[in-house]
Amino acid sequence: MELISPTEFARDTLQTLQDYSLLAGQSIANLFRYPRYFADMLQQADLIGVGSLPIVVLTGFFTGAVLALNSSTTLQRFGSLSLLGQLVSVGMVRELGPVLTGLMVAGRNSSGMASELGSMVVTEQIDAMRALGTDPAKKLITPRVVSTVFMLFFLTIISDLLGMIGGGVVARLLLGMDWHQYWSTAWQILTFQDVFMGLVKPLIFGFIISTVGCYYGISARGGTQGVGRATTQAVVASSVFILLVDFFVTKLLMAIFGYR
Amino acid sequence: MAAPPTAIEQRLPSEPDGSTDIVVFDNVFIAFDEKPVLEGISFRLTKGETKAIFGVAGSGKSTILKLALGLLKPDSGHIYVLGEDVTQMPEDALFDLRRKIGMVFQESALFDSLTVRENVAFRLLEEGDISDDEVEKRVREALRFVELEDTVDKFPAELSGGMRRRVAIARAIITQPEILLYDSPTGGLDPVTSTTIVQLIVKQRDVYKTSSLLVTHRLQDAFIMATHYFDRKANEMRPLPPGARGEVPMAFLILRDGKVIFDGDAHQLAQSKDEYIKEYIS
Repeated sequence: MELISPTEFARDTLQTLQDYSLLAGQSIANLFRYPRYFADMLQQADLIGVGSLPIVVLTGFFTGAVLALNSSTTLQRFGSLSLLGQLVSVGMVRELGPVLTGLMVAGRNSSGMASELGSMVVTEQIDAMRALGTDPAKKLITPRVVSTVFMLFFLTIISDLLGMIGGGVVARLLLGMDWHQYWSTAWQILTFQDVFMGLVKPLIFGFIISTVGCYYGISARGGTQGVGRATTQAVVASSVFILLVDFFVTKLLMAIFGYR
Repeated sequence: MAAPPTAIEQRLPSEPDGSTDIVVFDNVFIAFDEKPVLEGISFRLTKGETKAIFGVAGSGKSTILKLALGLLKPDSGHIYVLGEDVTQMPEDALFDLRRKIGMVFQESALFDSLTVRENVAFRLLEEGDISDDEVEKRVREALRFVELEDTVDKFPAELSGGMRRRVAIARAIITQPEILLYDSPTGGLDPVTSTTIVQLIVKQRDVYKTSSLLVTHRLQDAFIMATHYFDRKANEMRPLPPGARGEVPMAFLILRDGKVIFDGDAHQLAQSKDEYIKEYIS
């Protein structure tokens, strides 16, 4: 492994941060500039949203189910099994639904964007697009960012719902709880703050997934090996970024809503 | 035999300001990773002229084309394209300028997820205000020019290297740009396919009078272009009559160690006393 000096490392890191920030800012600014590529947005929404549905459904359902299963032993110890619905719904809506959906979509789509754009870079297709008078940031990046943000929002809602159903199935079939009791407690505990917190996160995570994926794709260098490297880096960076940002967003929203 | 085209000076009227310069490189320097590639190169491409650029691998030939398109910025110097200084233009303004320029990339750079029709029509579809019928008509025309009309529904992966190169030419010429930039259009192709591509370039030069910069390793291709013209009636490339000189607008530019060591026509090149050039063309 090649060793690099701390100065060079710091300079490269700053350069990466600057380039990423410019790309992220440009992807938003392009929303207010012509031309806007609605057909590309719809195509990406189909690829990202509909394409990710099966993994999101499975992840949501089984996360809710296993959360119910694991929590039931502790709750039974304190004779509070009736609170299971509350625990599952709050856990899914506030935290697990957005984060796990974000991570799954990052694994599937951030890598897809990095490899697709990276391949276009190394085969000069991006240069060809610029040479043909089309801005790749408007044509390729902004539609992906808009579609990911939009679709992750709805995928998270589906994941939350499936998680609560998964918890309900475990509660009814394995723990013998009353179905109506589970659902009424699950719904009643949810406040506006919980739902708001759970629905702000996918908007931020969607932006992270798409901008990180596009950034690594568009910066790919070094042929097919470089594309492979960009793909891996995109998944790792977007996943870590999601987990880091999740902590700070949660803390910020808790402070705003007055949670202790 | 039909008469060869008249000399460039007679065929091409000057711009209103008297200038016929389409591309001007003025003392351009560029380095990559602190290694100088172009060291103060200057040359002009006049209206209707095709200039072939030669040099060993890594001498900066393709870099010149990317600089002319504004895809790269020089470290110093100025580049004027159609009268505008591309070194000073913001990216948004460059997109407008690039719509007047066609580029054929070394490896074709066709969009692999689009069909031949969508690739060739890309520029028209981006402009957005052209009817579907008009787009189809112009795509067919461009593909007919490169004799590939039957590939319209195929994907680039289904085409041979030579066919991809011809589709790339069709994509570059569909809007009849004022300048064409060819990056090794015959590189890696068999002699028959190379001759087809050369014929297309000559046709574009003599029929549409498009100004072109042509990067190539193949000296024989450029000499064919300098000694042939396109006969519209016969729809084929024909040799110039013996002794004809300066009848076709063809020039040569040779790079060495980041500098221009020759800029002139085929006759001047053949008469050059420079040892390196003599060795290069032998």
